[in-house]
Amino acid sequence: MQRRTRIALVAATAVAALSLAACSSGGGGTATDAMTSHGPISIWYSNNAAEVEWGKGMVEAWNADHPDEQITAQEIPAGKSSEEVITAAITAGTTPCLVFNNLPAATGQFQKQGGLVDLSKFDDGTSYIEARSGAIADQYKSADGGFYQLPWKSNPVMIFYNKDLFTAAGLDAENPPLSTYDEFLASAKQLVSSGAATYAINPSPTSEFFQPNFDFIPLYAAQTGGKGIVEDGKATFANDDGYAVADFWSSIYSDDLAGKEKYEGDAFVDGKAAMAIVGPWAIAYYGEKIANWGAVPVPTENGTPADETYTFSDAKSVGMYSSCENQGTAWDVLKFATSEEQDGQLLDITGQMPIRTDLATTYSDYFAANPDYEVFGDQANRTVEDPTDPESVAMMQALRDAYTKAIISGDGDARSALDEAAKKIDSLAGQG
Amino acid sequence: MSSSTTRRGDRVRSPRRDPGTTDARPAARRPLLSRVLGVQPIGWLFGAPYLVFAIVVFAYPLVFAIYMSFFDYFFSAPGVEVDKPFVGLDNYIAVLTDPAVLQSFGNVLVFLVINVPLTVVLSIVLATALNKVVHLRTFLRVSYYVPYVTASVALVGVWLFLFGGGGLVNNVLGPLAPDPSWLVNPALAMPTIALFVTWKQLGFYILLYLAALQNVPQELYESASTDGAGPIRSFFSVTVPGVRQATVLVLMLSTIIGANLFTEPYLLTGGGGPNGASASPVLIMYQRGIQQGHPGFAAALGIILTIAVLIVALLQRRFAGGRDE
Repeated sequence: MQRRTRIALVAATAVAALSLAACSSGGGGTATDAMTSHGPISIWYSNNAAEVEWGKGMVEAWNADHPDEQITAQEIPAGKSSEEVITAAITAGTTPCLVFNNLPAATGQFQKQGGLVDLSKFDDGTSYIEARSGAIADQYKSADGGFYQLPWKSNPVMIFYNKDLFTAAGLDAENPPLSTYDEFLASAKQLVSSGAATYAINPSPTSEFFQPNFDFIPLYAAQTGGKGIVEDGKATFANDDGYAVADFWSSIYSDDLAGKEKYEGDAFVDGKAAMAIVGPWAIAYYGEKIANWGAVPVPTENGTPADETYTFSDAKSVGMYSSCENQGTAWDVLKFATSEEQDGQLLDITGQMPIRTDLATTYSDYFAANPDYEVFGDQANRTVEDPTDPESVAMMQALRDAYTKAIISGDGDARSALDEAAKKIDSLAGQG
Repeated sequence: MSSSTTRRGDRVRSPRRDPGTTDARPAARRPLLSRVLGVQPIGWLFGAPYLVFAIVVFAYPLVFAIYMSFFDYFFSAPGVEVDKPFVGLDNYIAVLTDPAVLQSFGNVLVFLVINVPLTVVLSIVLATALNKVVHLRTFLRVSYYVPYVTASVALVGVWLFLFGGGGLVNNVLGPLAPDPSWLVNPALAMPTIALFVTWKQLGFYILLYLAALQNVPQELYESASTDGAGPIRSFFSVTVPGVRQATVLVLMLSTIIGANLFTEPYLLTGGGGPNGASASPVLIMYQRGIQQGHPGFAAALGIILTIAVLIVALLQRRFAGGRDE
């Protein structure tokens, strides 16, 4: 018995010591020192093949000219998501200097963690970002006015459609009637009733927080002429525009024009769905499997000219992390990686759109040689980003929960569900 | 102080005396090191790896989770001061008043009510059958064990193929197929997950029972047979009581593992759908603690879940364990 007591005492002491150690904070240099420091740095980039190719080329080009400021690069470590990996790395102090894969919606949380460097603190920080990205840069600005991310590239989502299936359904494949909600719904019904496709469109019906980016948010951005779901700390969608979008998707699901169940694989590629909401990254992917496709802007209630239609950006930004010792070099690398030359490389290799104001003119040769991408290059000028609040993920989850319940499952009134989600988001915004 | 006036408790703690002598001196005290480390100090060395493991992997996170649950905690970068105010029981109140959390506890209760009895019954029956099989014994044992060692991600794909709207099961059922289909039906999503987990984990529990069956004396079966007991009577009168300790273990393990359900609702029903009907408390912990950055809330939920599981496990031990524990 006494021996057990002794063991328990030793264990309790060790646990207490560890707990106290955990409660204290580690050290770290001051940000201002690091911001002028130069030397070797490390970076992470995405693990998709095209971005890896671009990343390797960019690093090679930099390293060739900077023997004293070498970049060590790797793909972002595997995890359930990049955001979780980065969150864990921030807590552990093991983030690299730069991550070329930041989800803008998660940036507020990284900022709250103290994991990000405010790029506007560099002498030319704000001017560089605003000169490169123009007014769109404002969507990536923190509530405190700083830039904790550099808006890097977007994949403006549009409606991809399979021309062969449209033709099989008796629809005009070259000028598909998909501009207004009524047209879209009529075309969708024709696609399904004719047997051309099982589903007209098949956005993922699952409950993850980011899924609104591929159903509600693009159509809401288009319907409102460029409004985000949260502005000035308030949800914006509990109004007629939001209701119109909700009613549209409710019709899609209640008429069985979209699947309510997670599809294993890609329904568009498999020919089960005649349309998909995707960005230009998919062109290369679909190109090998669906030769005859087209792309049009997302619909609005009464139809909007293509050159005035907004959509969700599906953008990724670059974050500089506070654990970086040589932030001076990291800033130089960031500017190098987003220079005209490297942005051209990115566009050429990945088909994703660098977020820069001069996209169409600077890379006119690329768009002339790759006309499929031209419509996306134009669409990139009219994109809406997710909120960048520390509570963004919770906000989007609130919207998603309401959406899956009332709109996909048809359990309850869609408008009331949006109202409830908006109230929850308002209260979350207050916490941030 | 004479022995006649000594209270009972004092006598218990008194030094032993040799009954053949009148020498009342206490035994010589052992050296301090020996008293601290025990008679065989090397035992600490052998036990140290597990002790360190238990402290680092179990005790420390548990204590830290309790600490976090009383704060508006936030994971921050080293050296960065982020306000993490003490909030008392606020996180616990938030957890216990959150409809999604309450729904998740209800969901996991449905899961346990299906999964635990099914696991116990199927594993003991199959283990008994496997124990008597002469031919293909190894093949059959491996067959049951394969799902257990296969990654859930791979198996989930198979089950989506089986239980999807246009899947094999619905094709076989034809007009009897449920609408909405299994995994998107609020009433059927959790039972389907319970079936999946039962099937996946069964091989492990069969192994536990197979090991326990080796300790049931053959003489008991022979005696039962002499008394006229058939296979079913022998099963209930010899096998079931003979493997009772294994049953307690299976009950407790399946309850604990079931209460920690995460992968299946995350992958099989796309994040706890439909409408949270398959969300588990651990999935909510993941969403709130990791994705949404509220580890204090998640920690409070985790502590409540731990206490609930402990209570269930204690009840199981009390009522299924018997007196020879």
